[in-house]
Amino acid sequence: MAQAPSLAEKNTMKKITLRIARFNPTNDDAKKFMEFNVSYEKWTTVLEAILDVKQHFDHSIAVRYSCRQATCGSCGMIINGKPRLACFTKISELNSNVVTVEPMNNFPIIRDLAVKFERLFDTHHKVKPYLIREDTEISSSTKEFLQTPEELEQYIQFSNCIKCGLCNSACPTMATDSSFVGPQALAQAYRYVADSRDKGKDERLKIIDDSHGIWRCHFAGSCSQVCPKGVDPAMGIQLLRGYMLGFRS
Amino acid sequence: MTNQDEHKEGIGGMINPRRYGIERVAYLLMRLSGLGLLAYFIGHIYETSSILKGQVGWNEFLAITQTNEGHAILAIVIAMCVFHTVNGIRVMLGHGGVGVGKPARPDYPYIPASQNIRHKMGIYSAIILAAIAMMYGLAVMFGE
Repeated sequence: MAQAPSLAEKNTMKKITLRIARFNPTNDDAKKFMEFNVSYEKWTTVLEAILDVKQHFDHSIAVRYSCRQATCGSCGMIINGKPRLACFTKISELNSNVVTVEPMNNFPIIRDLAVKFERLFDTHHKVKPYLIREDTEISSSTKEFLQTPEELEQYIQFSNCIKCGLCNSACPTMATDSSFVGPQALAQAYRYVADSRDKGKDERLKIIDDSHGIWRCHFAGSCSQVCPKGVDPAMGIQLLRGYMLGFRS
Repeated sequence: MTNQDEHKEGIGGMINPRRYGIERVAYLLMRLSGLGLLAYFIGHIYETSSILKGQVGWNEFLAITQTNEGHAILAIVIAMCVFHTVNGIRVMLGHGGVGVGKPARPDYPYIPASQNIRHKMGIYSAIILAAIAMMYGLAVMFGE
């Protein structure tokens, strides 16, 4: 069976240099970069280019991905200096002949472009990302918890979070404070505090009212600028702080 | 776990103003002006304590601030003070949830409502007012 030509082999296409960071914490002292010449079309994503390199040049490159459609949040990485999803970033959008991909900042590296997510999931879990109330809509004696469209609007934006970690990677506080809960978890705290069905506001506010909690956010807004799903964590965090300062009830 | 193990960007990443627009520039200037004002405050306490050495000691120390270098430092202090105040008011309002927009279903290309024109205008106003105040200070101090 004839094999489809790789992106690197198609001569009619435009070419870029793809620089991929290589690092194995057990063997290496520092990151090093490997360069590959890759052809691309208008619609070629960075993830497709990396997978092409993996298929045709170096299969040992470690990269995490799954859905290829900005839904699973697996392929977050630093692309030309900014945290982005590789599957959601077209090479043609970058307007550069050199595309550099590195593992996300503020996450421990497993290998090459793959990073550990344990801390993100821990902090996410810490803010109790579920409805807190004594009754349940599962039992037959209670009705479904109803909400008006206006009540839904208060939090629906924040439920789009795919836990990709780009916001935590861009955050200047995360860059230096290992104990900071991070914009992802704080935005999720707001998502449940703002939900009219939830009764756990005081419990959550107590969790984030910490020296490494919400008060370490200084509203730089980088988290919102890199979010691939329009969650706007900076807005959620400031609205959440509004509850704590008494601006909102 | 060390910073390297955690792959933290560190202070270099925290103060890098080039990647995330004017908001990150304001973030950096806020920290620099805060540290600068703290240094000035400590210097100011030291300066005023020289009065304990009597009038001669006080006059000698005051003479240092009347030099070109002293005037330049005071002009920078004026700029830091104005920027820190104006931008501080913007940030404090933002921290209370004022002017950060309302939650709504996001539409592609997902322009964050919290990074709105009001906050950008606040940042540019702080920078421009700081520059004007500094120039006025320079004109007064060097125009004598």
